[in-house]
Amino acid sequence: MLALLTSILTITLRAGTSLVYATVGEIYTERSGILNLGLEGMMLLSAVAAFATGYYSGSPWLGVLAALLVGGLLATLHAFLTVTMRANQVVSGLSITLFGSGLASFLGQRLGPASNNNYLVGLIGPKFSVMEIPLLSQIPVLGALFKQDILTYLIYLIVPLAWFYLYKTRNGLNLRAVGESPETADAMGIDVLRVRYRYTLLGGMLVGLGGAHLSLAYTPGWAENITGGRGWIVIALVIFAMWNPARAILGAILFGGINAVQFRLQAAGTTLPPAFLNMLPYLMTIFVLVVMTWWETLSKRIGAPAALGTAYMREEK
Amino acid sequence: MNQKVSIVFEKRESLSRQASLLVPVLSFGVSLTLGAILLLLSGANPLATYAAMARGAFGSWRNITETLVKAAPLMLTGLGVSIAFRMRFWNIGAEGQLVMGGVAAAWVGLFWSQALPEWTLLPLALLLGVLAGALWAGVPATLKAALKVDETLTTLMLNYVAILYYQYLFNGPWRDPHGYGFPGTAQFPAAAWLPRLSGRLHVGLIFALLLAGVLWFIFKYTRWGFELKIIGENQTAARYLGIKIGRNIVLALLLSGALSGLAGAGEVLGISHRLQQGLSLGYGYTAVIVAWMAQLNPLAVVFVAVLMAALLVGGDQVQIMMGLPSSVGVVLQGMILIPMLAGSLFTEYRIRVVRK
Repeated sequence: MLALLTSILTITLRAGTSLVYATVGEIYTERSGILNLGLEGMMLLSAVAAFATGYYSGSPWLGVLAALLVGGLLATLHAFLTVTMRANQVVSGLSITLFGSGLASFLGQRLGPASNNNYLVGLIGPKFSVMEIPLLSQIPVLGALFKQDILTYLIYLIVPLAWFYLYKTRNGLNLRAVGESPETADAMGIDVLRVRYRYTLLGGMLVGLGGAHLSLAYTPGWAENITGGRGWIVIALVIFAMWNPARAILGAILFGGINAVQFRLQAAGTTLPPAFLNMLPYLMTIFVLVVMTWWETLSKRIGAPAALGTAYMREEK
Repeated sequence: MNQKVSIVFEKRESLSRQASLLVPVLSFGVSLTLGAILLLLSGANPLATYAAMARGAFGSWRNITETLVKAAPLMLTGLGVSIAFRMRFWNIGAEGQLVMGGVAAAWVGLFWSQALPEWTLLPLALLLGVLAGALWAGVPATLKAALKVDETLTTLMLNYVAILYYQYLFNGPWRDPHGYGFPGTAQFPAAAWLPRLSGRLHVGLIFALLLAGVLWFIFKYTRWGFELKIIGENQTAARYLGIKIGRNIVLALLLSGALSGLAGAGEVLGISHRLQQGLSLGYGYTAVIVAWMAQLNPLAVVFVAVLMAALLVGGDQVQIMMGLPSSVGVVLQGMILIPMLAGSLFTEYRIRVVRK
């Protein structure tokens, strides 16, 4: 029984790592008041960039660098369109998803070596393997935390850091202020546009890391639609985490866990169709949204960014 | 010379006419140029590729009908989305609404052919498809109207619920036991098929064209169209004018979802004649791009939908004829809107340089 739990948790964490990166990233972006629906495209494009770079350079770390770059670039494009050009955030995000996923699919069929018909599919590149930590990985159940690859280990550091930065530092306070009420933040002397650019960029880089984890560690290699809709799941996870980076990990475990548990349930011969299990997180997200909106005081305490989705324009003074 | 120069943005009273025509055309040009650079970098000849795409989409009567086959659902979902967007209700759930429309139509086609007279099957399937789409949009609309729950997120979440549900149906309880391991339902009786015009092109296109005209009329000449516009532009003003905002949100969204539901019913009754993988091809998301590029004008939606469909069909043809990835079309689709979004600043604002 304990061995089963340990193995479920191990798989869950591995499946959830990319979700954690992207969720923390999107939380930062949304906290500044920018909704980025381009995640799916950003993850796909950074996954393909990470794999191709890793394949040709032989270094997975250069792959990570490429993913950071691609995630950051697409996020900057979104920031440029929505912050500077004041375009609609929903529409801008959707076009980035369309563009990113189209380009990722295109590159996946062009960047490969001639010997593979220019395809990247089916190639084996460098990857981050699981590095078991001696002794710690032998602990029952919790040992799962220590049977992971380096990018998963990194989230143990990034999540607390992201939480601390958001709630305990001056910069974090400014960020929350901009997402809550850009007018007030502006009056306080915060450069609203700069803050929005900065955290959209940071968020995009984290999303890129999530993409890199997919193609360099979780399912090493490139496959069309390698994300399997993770970019969209993240949008739900952000709400589920109520915009708190610390809770991002719980949501990711829930989604990752549903995947992991499913195989076990099917093996055990349950009659509950997995489709309904898979629907749960989306329905729960709607439920969270309803409760949150209904109970506005709760929403205030949670810190849903009030100015999410709205462009900020300074009145002439 | 200590003058301070600052740039001021003034919101225009109405969209700049010149800019609103010029920007989409320029955007398409920019997108083609960027696409050409991408093709060059990847070792393909851009001109030959574009020529092949154009031939693929419009080169023969058969290709034209294939383009229109894809354009019809894009028109319907694009029209649906633009109704919602007129009142700044960000319905990005057209995909789910389309899927539920397809599911409801399939239900009639699969299970009611014995119990009902033949001639009722098709109208009933269409009607239920429309209703299912409307209901699927009605839920987030009601949540928004009654509790102010953010619609972007609820409509998006419901897409996934719908997609998981339809996949469950044709893989599980509705799966054809005689399907030779092929996941999908049995074929509907021919009485439930939408009549075809030519090739795979079915009368769904005619519905789409008619509805575009009707919506254009509603937006332009009716009081309701005016009310939706006011709600979108200024809720406070709408309230002063005595416009019932909540009721209008729900009504408009029912109509918005109904159009996407019709698109889904059309796909199922007109093309596949069964429920199977491939009902959810992303039309509902492309619809947002269609609506936006058409600047929410129903007549423009028709043309933009044909253009977007041409990119898809052209992309497929490029794959067959030149061995290039068919995703060229999707890349171009995504790229069209990016310069256009940047350009919208110039249609919506007047930009002045002020010296103090």
